[in-house]
Amino acid sequence: MSAVVQLQDIHKTYDSGEVKVHAVRGISLEIHRGEFIAIMGASGSGKSTLMNLIGCLDRPTRGSYLLDGIDVSALARDELADIRNQKLGFVFQGFNLLSRTTALENVELPMLYGPRRVSGREMRERALSCLEIVGLANRADHFPSQLSGGQQQRVAIARALANRPSVLLADEPTGNLDSKTSVEVMGVFQRLNDEGMTIIMVTHELDIARYCRRNLIVRDGRVVRDEPVADRLVSAVEMQKLIAAEASAKLTEAI
Amino acid sequence: MRIASTLTISFRALRRNILRSSLTALGIIIGVGAVIAMVSIGNGAKAQVEAQIASLGQNIITVFPGTATTGGLRGGWGSASSLTPEDAMAILNEIPGVVAVSPELRDRAQVQASGLNWNTQILGEGLDYLSIRTWPLRDGNMFGEHDLRSFAKVAVIGKTVADQLFPNDDPVGKDIRIRNIPFRVLGVLEPKGFNFFGQDQDDAVIIPYTSHLRRVTRRTNLNSILIQAVSPEMMPAIQEQVTDLLQQRRQGREPDFTVRNQIELAEAATATTKTMTMLLGAIAGVSLIVGGIGIMNIMLVSVTERTREIGIRLAVGAHGREIMLQFLTEAIVLSALGGTLGILLGIGSAQLMAHFNGWATLISTDAIIIAFAFSAAVGVFFGFYPARKAAQLDPIDALRYE
Repeated sequence: MSAVVQLQDIHKTYDSGEVKVHAVRGISLEIHRGEFIAIMGASGSGKSTLMNLIGCLDRPTRGSYLLDGIDVSALARDELADIRNQKLGFVFQGFNLLSRTTALENVELPMLYGPRRVSGREMRERALSCLEIVGLANRADHFPSQLSGGQQQRVAIARALANRPSVLLADEPTGNLDSKTSVEVMGVFQRLNDEGMTIIMVTHELDIARYCRRNLIVRDGRVVRDEPVADRLVSAVEMQKLIAAEASAKLTEAI
Repeated sequence: MRIASTLTISFRALRRNILRSSLTALGIIIGVGAVIAMVSIGNGAKAQVEAQIASLGQNIITVFPGTATTGGLRGGWGSASSLTPEDAMAILNEIPGVVAVSPELRDRAQVQASGLNWNTQILGEGLDYLSIRTWPLRDGNMFGEHDLRSFAKVAVIGKTVADQLFPNDDPVGKDIRIRNIPFRVLGVLEPKGFNFFGQDQDDAVIIPYTSHLRRVTRRTNLNSILIQAVSPEMMPAIQEQVTDLLQQRRQGREPDFTVRNQIELAEAATATTKTMTMLLGAIAGVSLIVGGIGIMNIMLVSVTERTREIGIRLAVGAHGREIMLQFLTEAIVLSALGGTLGILLGIGSAQLMAHFNGWATLISTDAIIIAFAFSAAVGVFFGFYPARKAAQLDPIDALRYE
C-alpha cells in the first residue's frame, strides 16, 4: 500500500526572538490512501503546526515529507502553492468562504489558480458537480450570508474537492457548528471517505474523532498514541439517534 | 502566471464591492476631470491671446522716425520728420522677403456727416494696409491704385465711426467731411475690437496716405512704415536689412529712424498665458495626486480588510505574484475607469463653462492623453505598495487574521 503522506522525523522550530519554540519534535508518520485520520491534542500540543506542515502551508525545519511521492519539504513558496492547489483540499473551522461571492464562485476559486486555463463553462459544471456531492447544488447562487453554518461548511468542502485532491485536510471543521450540523458534516466526510478520499482532520472533540478510522494523539510535539478507532460512529446512525432524541424531547414537552 | 484568470478574479472582486470601487474611482474621476477642464480653459485663454496678437497683423515690422532736436529740446522717438513714401517704396522693392508695405500717417480730426460729428483717428495708409492687419471689409471696397495716385477723397471707415455718424443708414456711398473736405465712404470694416492697450481699433477713418499728405496733414513725411515679412523666421534678417537700407539712403547721416517688431510683445503675451496654463495644470495635478493617494488608501484598507481572503486564495494555490497582480489590476482598472469617466467629465465641464461663462476653452488631445496616462500611472504607482504587501502575506497568518 502506498503512503500518500509520508513524514520522516519532522521537526519544526519557531524562532520568535530570544525564545525558540520547538513545536514539532521528530514526528514520523505514514498515512495511506483511503484513510480517515483524526489528529488530536490539547492547544499548544503542536497539532496545528503538524497540520500546517502536512498542508504545505509551512515548511519543516528538519526532516523529509513525501506527499504523493513528491518531496515537498524543500519546495519554494510558489511550488508549495501549486502542490496545495493540485494535491490538497482545505476545510477550515471558520469556513473561510469569500463573502459577497456566490457558493458557485467560491467553489470555482481553486480552479482559477489551476495550472491550466479552465473555460468558464467547464468551471461552472465542475463546481456544480462538487456542490451536488455535498447536496447543495440548489444553493449555487446563494451568498454565504444566506446559508446556515452547516451549509457554509459544506460549500467549503465542495471547494476543497474542486481540483480533485489526493488528500482532504480539515482543521476543526465542526468547531463552529452545533451538534446536529456537526454530525451532518461528518456524514459528508464519511461518505467521501467511503468513496476512497483520504481525509486528515484536526479536532479536539473526542466524539467527533470517533467518526474517523484512526486517531493520532499529539502532545508536546510528539505522537503519543496512534491507534485505529474501535467503536466507530456512523453519521447516519447518530443522526437517527439525534432526531429521535429531539422528537422525544418534544414528546416529553407535549405531555 | 495565469493572467486571464487573474483578470477574472480582479473583476469579480471589484464587482463584489461596487460602492467601494466607485468611491475610489471618484477620486481619479475628479482629478482627471479637473486637469482636462483647467488645461482646456488655459489653452482657450492662450488661443484667444494669440488670436488677438494675430489681429494686430502678422509678422509686422514697424519703422518709426528718430528723434529731432530743435534748439536744444530733444523731441523723443517719432519727432523727426525723416520717413518718406520713397523710403517705403525702396523697402518694398529692394528687400527680399517683404510681402507688403504700408506708409502710415496718423492724425486726429473732427469728422462730420449728415448733421452728426465725431472726433476720430484719421489714418493715411497704403493699399496693402488691410491685408497687413488681416482686417476684412464688411461692406463696400478698399480704395485702389488710381485713388492713391490721384489723391482721391475716398475713405474706408471702422465700425465705431460708422455707428456714430450713420446710426441708421448704410454709410457706403455717402460723404463724410474731414476738416471740411468731403470724402466718399467706399467701405466699412469688420469690427476688430480693442487692442492690448485699450484702444478701440474700430474708431478710425482710413484714407489713402497720399490724400492724407496732401489734403489732411499737408506734410511730406510719414508717421511710420508698416512692413509685413513673409514669415516670422525672416523677421530678424529683414529688420537688419531695413536698417541697412534706410541708413544707406541717408548717406552717412546720423540714423533718424528706429525699427521695431511685435515678436517681443507676442512672446510676452503668450508666455503669460503659458504660465497661467501651467499654474492651472499644476493645481489640477495636485488633485490628481490626491485622487491617487485616495486609491492607495482604499487599496491599503482593502488589503487589511481582505487579509483573510488573501489567506484563502494563497491556501488554495494562488502564487504571491498573482495576488499582487490581482490587487494591481484592481487599482489599474479603477484608475483607468476613473480616467475615462474623468475625461468625459472634463470635456463636459469645459464645454459647460464655455457655454455659461463665455470662456474660451480649447480641449487639447495632449491634455487628455497625459491625464489618462497619468491616471493609469497613478493606479500602478499607488496600487503597487498595497499589492506587494498583500502578496507577501503568510498564508497561515492571513487565514488566522480576525
